[in-house]
Amino acid sequence: MPDEAALRTAGLGWRWRALVAGRVALAAFGGYGVAALATAFLSLALPMARSEAVATATLLSFAIMVGAVIWVFSAHTLSRAALGLAVPSTLLAAGLWLALALVDTAPPA
Amino acid sequence: MKPGFRQSMAWLHTWAGLVTGWVMFCVFVTGTATYYRADISHWMRPELQAAAVEPGVAVERGAAYLKVHAPKAVAWFVSVPQAERPLLDVYWFDSFETPIRQATLDAGTGAPTTVRATQGGDFLYRFHYELQMMPGLGRWIVGASALVLLVALMSGIVTHRRIFSDFFTFRRDKSAQRGWLDAHNVTGVLALPFHLMITYTGIVTLAFTLMPWGITSAYRGDELRFFVEAGQSPAWRAAAGRPADALPLAPLMARAQAEVSEPLEMAIINNPGDAASTVVAVFEEPKGLAHRHPQVVFEATSGAVIARFGTLKPAAHVFTSFLGLHEAHFAGPALRGLFFLCGLLGSATIATGLVLWAVARAPKAGAVPGFALSLVRGLNLGTILGLPIGIAAFFLANRLLPVAMNERATWEGAVFFAAWGLAAMVGLARPYARTWREMGAAAALLFLSVPLVSALTTDRGLDFAGFDAAMIAIGLTLAWGARKVSHYRGPARLRAATAPEALARA
Repeated sequence: MPDEAALRTAGLGWRWRALVAGRVALAAFGGYGVAALATAFLSLALPMARSEAVATATLLSFAIMVGAVIWVFSAHTLSRAALGLAVPSTLLAAGLWLALALVDTAPPA
Repeated sequence: MKPGFRQSMAWLHTWAGLVTGWVMFCVFVTGTATYYRADISHWMRPELQAAAVEPGVAVERGAAYLKVHAPKAVAWFVSVPQAERPLLDVYWFDSFETPIRQATLDAGTGAPTTVRATQGGDFLYRFHYELQMMPGLGRWIVGASALVLLVALMSGIVTHRRIFSDFFTFRRDKSAQRGWLDAHNVTGVLALPFHLMITYTGIVTLAFTLMPWGITSAYRGDELRFFVEAGQSPAWRAAAGRPADALPLAPLMARAQAEVSEPLEMAIINNPGDAASTVVAVFEEPKGLAHRHPQVVFEATSGAVIARFGTLKPAAHVFTSFLGLHEAHFAGPALRGLFFLCGLLGSATIATGLVLWAVARAPKAGAVPGFALSLVRGLNLGTILGLPIGIAAFFLANRLLPVAMNERATWEGAVFFAAWGLAAMVGLARPYARTWREMGAAAALLFLSVPLVSALTTDRGLDFAGFDAAMIAIGLTLAWGARKVSHYRGPARLRAATAPEALARA
């Protein structure tokens, strides 16, 4: 563990720990957030019957979350990792907002 | 994180694996046992002999009990006795807000059963996905741990430079750490498709608990309507509010059976006694992967067929196939045995990974291990040997607790947790190598005593030979493991290198 050792010997163990904690929090909450937004968006946007779209989106959501977590821990810096989640989250949130406005989800009368 | 993708993934694998390992070991072991849930339940009710009862008659008997004991319920469920579970289980909801209630009846008489009260194999099954906690909390802990395990699996695969050659590599003698690493790799890689499949499909079984946002956005949170549109559940028909006489159930079941080739599994009576009541005949899964049950829905008062279910659209079919793959109801004896072995390999992968973490951080001879290392060592002992000790004690409690005891089924569970808790405390208090062989020997003795105690307390002869053989095999494996640990004297190469002739050659 080269950089951990470097940070520790430089008396920066606390900084390393804070960075790790930041990645863990980003992976857990950010990763879940991206997956949840993708599920909500795809459930409305996929061109298939509504129940089929929900099933497909929900099945995919866990792969999306795992991909996001791997990204968070492989990015070079914490801020890059955060940016990499923020961009798709923003796009998905905008798409979801549009889809909620356009798709009729009212229960049948 | 680390310079380079592979190094950061190795770091992620180590730590994701460690934090999720203890919970996931328990989930894997109890899930593996659940492949034989019916056999375990059978063993735990030794008084019970299979009795053939017409499904229609059984449904009538269950409904008669519910008419007396739950006349105001919103829904009744009568589970038809099966060869592997010759009991009549009835369930009911007093209202949609109250939890489901249950009674177990004698299939022959329809009266509450007199066999010993036990949760049977269902205890381990429920532990497998909700840890015997409050359902919401337990499922979230299991689901989140499984997601972390999936991350550990993916990063573990990336870490693995030589995935093919490691398949054939086992360097037990090189060093303790190499031996554990190779054991971790062999058990992990050998059944890797199973590990990936079982983890992903396991997460999918909890999908709408963990990820309800598709239903939130597309159905405004109406989960029932999703299942209705997906063709998995009949629409709920609201009560009319006035009573009406329902038709007898047996003829309705016979009419439904005439349309479906699979045997009847359950009857559901919605709004019993109401003019708008419906009766659903639910059948067993047809051959194939998908976890879907053919259903025929009748109007209870007229007997008219309201709906039929059986075929699913593609995505719903894939979704239910994931559930089917996880539960392996489709598997015959041989495939079930293979799934069981893969489950054991998965448990072994997690256990060797946890031990490897501790072995790789062992202090130099004479140095005092730090708090974190002692904690991990203690938790490893308390989990890897503690859980088997709990399970063996659970089986022994089934035979040794008085049959007429109050709250007997709860006491069996209490013995499981007490034995496990005791073992965990011993492990945490004495996290040494010596404790591994002491606790391993104790676990082996407990498992070996199960067939003996069973033979002394029941008169079923060789009816449970398969279960007894499994207990003996588990006991002998644990005894062998304990012996291995106690005979381990360090790497052979180092022993050879310090031997006099090796020194002479040098």
